[in-house]
Amino acid sequence: MDERDIRGLLNDVTSGRLSRRAFVQTMVAVGLTAPMAAQMLASAGVAHAQPKAPAFTPTRRGGGGPLRVLWWQAPTLLNPHFATGTKDQDGSRIFYEPLAAFDPDGNVIPILAERTPSLENGDLARDGLSVTWRLKKGVTWHDGKPFTADDVVFNWEYAADPATATVSVGSYRDLDRVEKVDSHTVKVVFKKPTPFWYDAFCGNRGQLIPKHVFEPYKGAKSREAPANVKPVGTGGYRFVDFKPGDTLRAEINPNYHVPNRPFFDAVEMKGGGDAASAARAVLQTGEYDYAWNMQVEDEILRRLEQAGKGRVEIWSTGACEHIQVNFTDPWKEVDGERSSAKTTHPTLSDPAVRQALNLLVDRASVQEQIYGRQGQTTANYLNAPSRFRSPNTKWEFNVDKANQTLDQAGWKRGADGIRAKDGKRLKFVYQTSINAPRQKTQAIVKQACAKAGIDIEIKSVVASVYFSSDPANPDTYSHFYTDLQMYTNGPGAPDAQLYMEQFTTWQVASKDNKWASRNITRYRNEECDRLWKSATTEMDPVKRAAMFIRINDILIQNVVVIPVLWRSGVGAATAKLRGMDLTGWDSTLWHLPYWHKA
Amino acid sequence: MSTVSESKALHALHRSHEAPISLWRDAGRRFRRHRLAMVGVAILGVMVVAVLAGPFFYRVPINEIDFKDKLKGPSRAHPLGTDDLGQDLLARMLYGGRISMAVGVTSMLIAISIGTLIGATAGYVGGPTDHTLMRVTDLFLSLPGLPLLLLIVYLFRDSLKTWVGPEMGVFLLVVAVIGGLRWMPVARLVRAQFLSLREKEFVEAARGLGAPPLRQVVRHILPNAMGPVLVAGTIDVAAAIIAESSLSFLGLGFPPDIPTWGRILFDAKDNLDFAPHWALFPGAAIFLTVLSINYIGDGLRDALDPRKVLQK
Repeated sequence: MDERDIRGLLNDVTSGRLSRRAFVQTMVAVGLTAPMAAQMLASAGVAHAQPKAPAFTPTRRGGGGPLRVLWWQAPTLLNPHFATGTKDQDGSRIFYEPLAAFDPDGNVIPILAERTPSLENGDLARDGLSVTWRLKKGVTWHDGKPFTADDVVFNWEYAADPATATVSVGSYRDLDRVEKVDSHTVKVVFKKPTPFWYDAFCGNRGQLIPKHVFEPYKGAKSREAPANVKPVGTGGYRFVDFKPGDTLRAEINPNYHVPNRPFFDAVEMKGGGDAASAARAVLQTGEYDYAWNMQVEDEILRRLEQAGKGRVEIWSTGACEHIQVNFTDPWKEVDGERSSAKTTHPTLSDPAVRQALNLLVDRASVQEQIYGRQGQTTANYLNAPSRFRSPNTKWEFNVDKANQTLDQAGWKRGADGIRAKDGKRLKFVYQTSINAPRQKTQAIVKQACAKAGIDIEIKSVVASVYFSSDPANPDTYSHFYTDLQMYTNGPGAPDAQLYMEQFTTWQVASKDNKWASRNITRYRNEECDRLWKSATTEMDPVKRAAMFIRINDILIQNVVVIPVLWRSGVGAATAKLRGMDLTGWDSTLWHLPYWHKA
Repeated sequence: MSTVSESKALHALHRSHEAPISLWRDAGRRFRRHRLAMVGVAILGVMVVAVLAGPFFYRVPINEIDFKDKLKGPSRAHPLGTDDLGQDLLARMLYGGRISMAVGVTSMLIAISIGTLIGATAGYVGGPTDHTLMRVTDLFLSLPGLPLLLLIVYLFRDSLKTWVGPEMGVFLLVVAVIGGLRWMPVARLVRAQFLSLREKEFVEAARGLGAPPLRQVVRHILPNAMGPVLVAGTIDVAAAIIAESSLSFLGLGFPPDIPTWGRILFDAKDNLDFAPHWALFPGAAIFLTVLSINYIGDGLRDALDPRKVLQK
């Protein structure tokens, strides 16, 4: 183990990927004493471990006062099956619960289920064709009705019905059937062997809604259900008041199915403002207890933390900030759409140009100067869970090499210093959402490209427009009407299947599918298609991981995407707040009933 | 004795005959006595000269990234300090000032031209034309500015960009949009002036002497109506600079790497407590420019009002 390795490990600890204890153990294993290891952590700016207090075991429900949380993009509706984006998923999660959730390590943790299905307990079929869920008994909905297998079956019928038009349809559509075995047992039957069985009824898309409330609104009338904004769930808090896009209030559920939980008497979720002002409200003024999604320069967070009112929470996720390369021509209109799959990009279709771009992204500077603790440099698009991370890739920042690559490919500098070939100039529009760290990344990339004779025009779009699913707006990320674009994306569950489907031919975003399909780069590769299809039914976890790694490698070698940063989850919490167990695989609020103040 | 004073008086009469005190000369004298306006002229003059000539003397690039020097306060190498990418703020402000001021002045000219044209036509012609034009003005006044801006930028940005390039395209667009949405007060002012002036004796005299309508308007009415217009114009410059800043803030103005004053301020706002210089300098620039323009407008209003007695 040399200096570089140790530095790497330290980096892992600072960014939350490695626990303090694991680090100290590694160091002790290579012959250092524990105090010395702790010293190294201290000099790398890692806070000392909290004295391991016994886990908080409350003796009664409630008594914690109100919990005030800040979601600067506020929820707009509270039906988990219609949740677009994390804001709605999180808002719903206060009230609704799935059968199982995902903890920080990606483990499947039973919530409304009695136990996690596994091969050992026989709930998971060996052929991968079915899974049996045993439901927790004695759970009631907020209106007093019991929670039973009928509710679970109903959720499948509701979400899979195309007329209901749910957002979660992808997780339920391909199930063969969901059977009620008895009042508290359901069997999910798949059409083909399914290694990713923990999709339906798990995590964000698995939040369960009550049959007796939503049954009249299944199908075309789904959007008219009053309960879409007045949830009736099983969670630790029940509904009080909701102003879409502004505030959401909840009060303690006196009949919650976990004894002596939750701790707080009420929850208030407030929206509005931006990430930086939200960070201030928690870290500097202490008005709020928790703020979500702190995409703010690390330097600013560090300075705010010095006020001592709160701390920044960092945890590992699978999210990757990356630059996408457009494989179609965004400047030519074909059949009423630009970036049409019928076109090819005039200059980016040249592999040399893409290779050069890959060499011009100074990931180290972006990480060190902008994101700091909030991420680490990476060569991979698929970074987590760790079994899916490719060891075959590497990245470098090298302007000279980029220049050579372009010279060799025949791109000559013109009088203005911009390279051109056959009258086509290397001039790209590079878009992203409005967000200070992103604009800085753009500036860094633009400067390096200028040195290599590539002219970059920077464009930034308001986040609410850029990430909207409005088919009429050409500025959304899924239209991708520019040459390059940058945003963050990650596997929402501890599995790569849904995430890697973004590079399959049948997912190409176009006018026909109202740009709702997920292959935004419009990259098409038969090998990717084939690999992805086999991975969906491959029951051997090692072989399956190898397939996803191969897709990742194809994407990196062909520079379909340029990974910039493997981002961590970042939140701001008041100093006394405990028990969040923040995870990269599920909603921030997955553990809400266990949140408490020390 | 009497002959001397007589000849002096004659002389004075003669001199005043040589150089009659015209409206404009009188206004100039009044204006020079308005102290705040003169301070405004001085400050604005310095700013304009700095912005126009500055980049020729101060040759630091506006986008040189240097992380070693980030967020530094004013120093010899960087007179106004640096931002969080280590870019020199003085260079950026000089460059951005050109854009901010050009936007301000050009959109003011557009607003005044449209406003004067419409107001003059409505006021002079009267009747149904007046009615129609004033209802159009009301219509424009009632338009919600921001959604309209969004719509126009959304519709025309790309075509303009391909036509004249990103920076120029956005410039034209911003200027046209801001100018095109601020002419209504000017039109109303001009119309009111025309309504009263066209009935005045000197206009009737001109009409009686056979002056065609265009000559009546251009030679006789318009010069007398320009006072309030100039004042409104100066205030428009200030408003346009601020409007450009808010557009940049919404991401609809210039590309984010073009450092207009509003943009620099927007970038700086999160760092206010530990790098105040970053926000203070562009903020002060906007503040001083807008304030001096407003004072100049104030001075002009006093100066161009012939009824106001010159105080000795």
